[in-house]
Amino acid sequence: MTSTVKASEDGATASPGAAAALEIADLHYTYQDGTEALTGLDLRIEPGEKVALLGPNGAGKSTLMMSLLGIFRAEGSVRVLGEELNDDTRKSVRAKIGLLFSNPDDQLFSPTVLDDVAYGPLYMGLPADEVMRRSREALAAVGMEEFEARAPHHLSLGQKKRIAIATVLSMGSPILALDEPSASLAPAARRELIELLDELPQTMLISTHDLSLVRDLLPRTVVLDGGRVVADGPSEELLVDGDLLSAHGLEPLSDHVHPATGTTRHPGGSAPDPN
Amino acid sequence: MTASIAPALVDAAQGPALHIPDGFLSTPVAAAGYVGTGIAIAIAVRRTDSRLDERAVPLMGVMAAFIFAAQMMNFPVAGGTSGHMLGGALAAILLGPAAAIIVMAAVVGLQALLFQDGGLVVLGANIFNMGVITALVGWAVFRLLAPLQRWHAAAMTVAVFAAGWLSVEASAVATAFQLAISDTSPLDVALPAMFGVHALIGIGEGLISAAAFGFVLSTRPDLVRLQLGGGSSGSGGAAAEGDAALAASSMDRGTAAGILGVGVAIAIGVAFLSPLASGDPDGLERVAEDEGFIETAEDAWYEILPDYTIPGVDNEAASTIIAGVVGVIVVTGGVLLGARVRRRGTSSDPPALTEQA
Amino acid sequence: MIAREALFAERHIERDSLLHRMDGRVKLPAALLYIVAITLTNPAQWATLALLALPLLVVVAISQLPLLLVLIRSVLGFPFVLAAVPLMFTEPGEELFTLPLVGWDASVEGFQAVVTIFIKSWLAVLVGVLLTSTTSVGDLLRALRTLRVPKLLVAVVFFTYRYLHVVGSEGQRMMRARDSRAAEIEGYRSGGSLRWRARILGFMVGSLFTRSLERGERVYAAMQARGYDGESRFLTSPRLEAWEIAAAAAFVAYGLIVQFGMRL
Repeated sequence: MTSTVKASEDGATASPGAAAALEIADLHYTYQDGTEALTGLDLRIEPGEKVALLGPNGAGKSTLMMSLLGIFRAEGSVRVLGEELNDDTRKSVRAKIGLLFSNPDDQLFSPTVLDDVAYGPLYMGLPADEVMRRSREALAAVGMEEFEARAPHHLSLGQKKRIAIATVLSMGSPILALDEPSASLAPAARRELIELLDELPQTMLISTHDLSLVRDLLPRTVVLDGGRVVADGPSEELLVDGDLLSAHGLEPLSDHVHPATGTTRHPGGSAPDPN
Repeated sequence: MTASIAPALVDAAQGPALHIPDGFLSTPVAAAGYVGTGIAIAIAVRRTDSRLDERAVPLMGVMAAFIFAAQMMNFPVAGGTSGHMLGGALAAILLGPAAAIIVMAAVVGLQALLFQDGGLVVLGANIFNMGVITALVGWAVFRLLAPLQRWHAAAMTVAVFAAGWLSVEASAVATAFQLAISDTSPLDVALPAMFGVHALIGIGEGLISAAAFGFVLSTRPDLVRLQLGGGSSGSGGAAAEGDAALAASSMDRGTAAGILGVGVAIAIGVAFLSPLASGDPDGLERVAEDEGFIETAEDAWYEILPDYTIPGVDNEAASTIIAGVVGVIVVTGGVLLGARVRRRGTSSDPPALTEQA
Repeated sequence: MIAREALFAERHIERDSLLHRMDGRVKLPAALLYIVAITLTNPAQWATLALLALPLLVVVAISQLPLLLVLIRSVLGFPFVLAAVPLMFTEPGEELFTLPLVGWDASVEGFQAVVTIFIKSWLAVLVGVLLTSTTSVGDLLRALRTLRVPKLLVAVVFFTYRYLHVVGSEGQRMMRARDSRAAEIEGYRSGGSLRWRARILGFMVGSLFTRSLERGERVYAAMQARGYDGESRFLTSPRLEAWEIAAAAAFVAYGLIVQFGMRL
């Protein structure tokens, strides 16, 4: 895991002083069809924080993530590790935030796993040996180093998710924005993913409907609805606030069920293929 | 020159400039487009019906949606422009020419019906240019060049690239001729302009098609074999390696050569007849007199193919036409010769033996 | 592209005008024939063009479509009209002006020919906009059957339309995922070579092809599960009413009479 720790240090040196990892002010975004997806969103995340982004479908979670990288050109201000996002800085901001798409099939487009993980470093114009070093380290970090010659197309969803994460890690981004990372995963694959995310040192913003993932992994929760922040606080407090959760399309975790890491551990515990 | 390059460049930002709007083709040319497209579709429908049977409709429908989407995907080139693909050649290589014609007809038809991208009365001509020509040229070129992979592994990539490039170029040349016959755009301006601009656009088409084919071949070789084997997918794993899968039968190769031959014959016929068929031959003569214009107009042509003149031909417009035709013949001849040499060289190849028997 | 999306015809299908109620099986052939009448106009026949434009204004009024929308949509294809501009300089005739720097002579006749093509094209697109903005896609595609388009092709077009947005947004998400990794860091030249970028797009296209084909197989399986036997069946359309046929026939007759009558 040394590689990922190093990625975090890169980020730390890139942002000396007290610059927030993310500083979002009065963010607005309206789709072409007139849907107002973001309506004045404010949010500040400190380096090293791990934050959950909750909210009903259509709350603006994915739109926010797209806007952080300038893929959607939202109005308002986004500062990433002190750098203001605009048309000129879009590409350097993308080196600081790695975005994981909810469907890894959208993200993995290369004939082999290694090609895909190398895409980001290659685009940056890094020398060939550095590209290889970063790509292999990223694959090792997600435990997929033996899959580098395989076609992503033929892997299981859980494996694709891990490789999609590796494609972002290879860029050395100190911040990760993950869109529904645990969605559709079988329980064992989901548990492995949570363990992997738990080991990564990056600042994280995770959009999810998976409240037990939040409880196990993310100390802070931000609830989005109608394109703005409606609640922000420690996860352990917000997750038991039934009124707040049900007002925004969520349901509190039942006390009887513990589908969290550890309680579903398999005998032997090592990477079973979900297939 | 700037005047005629401009639309192509404007459209280059959106992909090949081949969606002709209504009003740009004369009624006879538009009608001829429908006749040609109608015949091609009728043949294609019969062939796909027997090959794909009841899977035909859902598979080709989703494939047409794929081509539609692929045309919208782009990569940045320079100065705010981007590269796109037309997709006819790739569709023909992956699905076969008959299915590709239907798929492209669905795509071009929907673009006209839903988005006013290309006219309704000229729809026949548009489908012919962007669907029928691209599919037939792309497939024929690929079929003739693909067997060369026994010489060099890269030949397959080159074959797909050439199929993509030539398919766009053939489509652009056909469009230029139709515009010229309709008295909408003078041939000696339209032809070099369309040829030149699409020579560049075609490179994008070739590169994208080759990479896409390579991707499919490496991840789902069974899909390519299904197509090239011409049979059912049931034959299974025995022929799993790409080489065996890609051994085109000699009959297909003969068909491919036939299509190219007929295409070249039509091109030559149109090239020679078009100045006569044009309602206003004076227009061409006047252009020939106006030297300043001629030199400017042919800049694009000469930039791409320097020293490309025919000695002993006075009329520069005619010279341009003949030069173009000769170019097509030379390329096609080279391709056919290469394929023939290849076939002789691999006489142990079972399909070739079958043909000789 | 933005304009195209925003002005997507379907949004105006909901209106209820006489034109919306007309069956696509009469509107499509009528539109085609009227465009033919427009296309037949010779250069500089301004009166013919004006008379052909007149009923379109009436139809816009009947359709209750916002005039601005119709106008904007009808000029989307305009870049192509530049293809006709050289005609201005090649058509012989009375000298109009000489282009500075290059010294090309424009003729009056050439100028008239170009303007005529502009207007013809614009009127034709206007007819197309009126047709697609007032006819549901299903209705429009069913109309293809009356024009003897093979059943297989019509069925394929139906499916294409159904999966256009599904596959299209899949492709769009892939491009976003690619762009989200298009980063630059100080001290290195980012972007890669043109050839590499084209190859990456090729990989994405190949990947989309594979996913689409697999989707097609799933769709086929789902159709089989509902009893599909390879035969495409279409909902039977209601009988055409006399007024629809009469209105369409009058429209086309007017166009042809104007076109040929003005030549006498």
